[in-house]
Amino acid sequence: MAKKINQFNLVILGTGGQGQITLLQILAETALREGYDVKTSELHGLSQRGGSVEVHIRFGKKIYSPLVSQGKGDLILGLEIQEVLSGFNFAKKNTIFLVNNYFVPILGGEFSKEKALEILKQLKKSLILVEASKICQEKLGKEILAGIYLISLASFKKLIPLKPESILKSIKKIIPEKYLELNIKAFNLAKS
Amino acid sequence: MEEILLNKPGKKIILLGNEAIVRGALESGVNFVSSYPGTPASDIGNWFFYLREKIPVYFEWSTNEKVALEAAIGAAFSGLKSMAAMKNFGLNVCIEALVPAMYTGLQSTRRPLTKGGPFKGALVLVVADDVGCWSSAQSEQNSRAYSYLAHIPTLEPSDPQECKDFTKLAFQISERFRTPVLIRPTTRVTHQRAPVKLGKLKLALKRGKFEKDPDRFVTMLPRLFEMKRELLEKVEKIKKVSENSPINFVVPCPSPVIGQLGIITSGIPYLHILEALNELRLKLPILKLGFFYPLPEEKIKEFIKKLKKVLIVEELEPYLEKEVERLAKNVNPKLKIFGKNLIPEVGELKPEMVIFAMAKIQNSKFKIQNYNSKFKIKIPKRFPRLCSGCPYWLVLSAIEKAVNKKEVIFGGDIGCYMLFGRPPLDFQDYLFCMGSSIGIAHGIKKATKQKLITFIGDSTFFHAGIPALINAVFNKSNPLIIILNNQTTAMTGHQPYPGKVIKIEDIVSACGVKNLKVIDQGNQEEFVKAVKEFLEKDEVSVIVAQRPCIFVAKK
Repeated sequence: MAKKINQFNLVILGTGGQGQITLLQILAETALREGYDVKTSELHGLSQRGGSVEVHIRFGKKIYSPLVSQGKGDLILGLEIQEVLSGFNFAKKNTIFLVNNYFVPILGGEFSKEKALEILKQLKKSLILVEASKICQEKLGKEILAGIYLISLASFKKLIPLKPESILKSIKKIIPEKYLELNIKAFNLAKS
Repeated sequence: MEEILLNKPGKKIILLGNEAIVRGALESGVNFVSSYPGTPASDIGNWFFYLREKIPVYFEWSTNEKVALEAAIGAAFSGLKSMAAMKNFGLNVCIEALVPAMYTGLQSTRRPLTKGGPFKGALVLVVADDVGCWSSAQSEQNSRAYSYLAHIPTLEPSDPQECKDFTKLAFQISERFRTPVLIRPTTRVTHQRAPVKLGKLKLALKRGKFEKDPDRFVTMLPRLFEMKRELLEKVEKIKKVSENSPINFVVPCPSPVIGQLGIITSGIPYLHILEALNELRLKLPILKLGFFYPLPEEKIKEFIKKLKKVLIVEELEPYLEKEVERLAKNVNPKLKIFGKNLIPEVGELKPEMVIFAMAKIQNSKFKIQNYNSKFKIKIPKRFPRLCSGCPYWLVLSAIEKAVNKKEVIFGGDIGCYMLFGRPPLDFQDYLFCMGSSIGIAHGIKKATKQKLITFIGDSTFFHAGIPALINAVFNKSNPLIIILNNQTTAMTGHQPYPGKVIKIEDIVSACGVKNLKVIDQGNQEEFVKAVKEFLEKDEVSVIVAQRPCIFVAKK
């Protein structure tokens, strides 16, 4: 059996409707299956109507608070390039930012796509920018699959200490049958 | 099959705090559940609504929280195990029913059990506070104040496992002492997922029986004073349960206590404290309270007796702190009590805030990495907005065409249309609580000669708008009320509501409103004309904007 990590802290940032809660369910299920203690925190309600949505998941030998503390994030998963900027609050020196190169303009906002990317690029080697929405739109016709694609990619690239086959099992358990095939395809896309 | 119905005692599954409350009720043999949608409690009703056709349990989305609680009281009076669930503000709405329910109890403890055999009724009230206002306008209400007001036993869980365990305990206390019991989780508890160890499901269809006994259920003098005495006696008995309950426990601390500092806490802050101590590699004694009311005073005294300093970690107002101050006067008058001088009273707590508080007490410094400052970035804010395609856009565009926005007052109410207040829309000059757009509009119209339009959603209108409308008609004012009939309870997740069987325009008309039009706002010309015409009227006017929510239209 692989060595168990002590604690892993992940923050997922995006806009309402990008499927953050489903991603949490899949990851929490996977962590439990792999023998970890796990806690997540999410928000519901009006905040989701196109607003910023930030969710946390922590797993390890023993987890207390459901919230990732400032400067304690191991992985920041950005589903949108402006939203991921809040992730800097959770970052420490070696935190990896896995970011979907996807831009949703903010009504009356002052950030252009270029400006957000410029800030992100200061992260240098810590930034992994991926065309997740674009790939999922082109190959599967649904950009909302970007989240599944990204958590699967994180697993394949060992950015998150959860096994891909275990993530796939959780996808099969959590995703309703109607959408399952597409989600498995998104998982497989991340493999290739 | 849904995992929440898995009957495998001992197995661990991941549950959301709200789901764990549902599971706890199912393991307690709940028969009757009522609720009004409101986040952070909505999931509880959503689950029962979904489960009601799969398992033997009665569930209803009630018209508002007061009738939800009253329905649950009636079912409990009839011997059923009942539960009512709501968000914090719902307790404000139903407090009028809760206080007398505490007086009557579910049965008098002085009187022998009625001949129908042992009484098995119970009533558990779940009220989810939204610390940090993640899904609330209105206020950052700390519902713990009501525990004192109503003398209701109150339990505060920290995580999903406790959500389930405390729900079961609440049913046990309720049944044993024949009293309603309150569970008060907060958003970070209801919306926390974690592994929960399952117990045995208890599902059974049950028909209740109401035993006539006016001495039990009629709150009039002279019985009223007897009932109050009985209630206070009951609280004393429950205090003994609280004193001996394992949910009020001291986390053992093997090494000598640093500066003889201890911590007292409850709810979600407990988890943040464990996190902070783990981070600081510190061991301190912690008294974790599962009961908020009645407090285990002897246990608290025992805990603080040996300390030089104590830190009370609680969110919002310092209720625990005041209790500890009171108790310390007798047992340890020199005790230094830290609390709200170090812990914010506004907004939710985070582990790092607990670290800061402990650092202050120990006169040491803990530095938290701030990576953000290295890059000097501005983080963009994205506020929620109306969905694209939302029928409300059409209402606003019609009003913009009909009036000079600056010359009209716009009243807001609780629902998606609260977003009318966000720039660049700016169609909201006041916003309070369910139904108040109309009540306040009446006052403004009586006090001024200004033009006024109020917005109120369909579910909100049924919930609390109707008495206000009647008042405006009866006391003769003339606001223009636009009822946004999107044909669902949209904001909280499209729960069913009375509009399915009762037409809003029929009610409005029955309330005596003469100026009434039902218009699909897609018909802009007609809508603009109606707004202009109705703003000139001397009596109340109502436009029912009839276009459904896009999510209803899709179905």
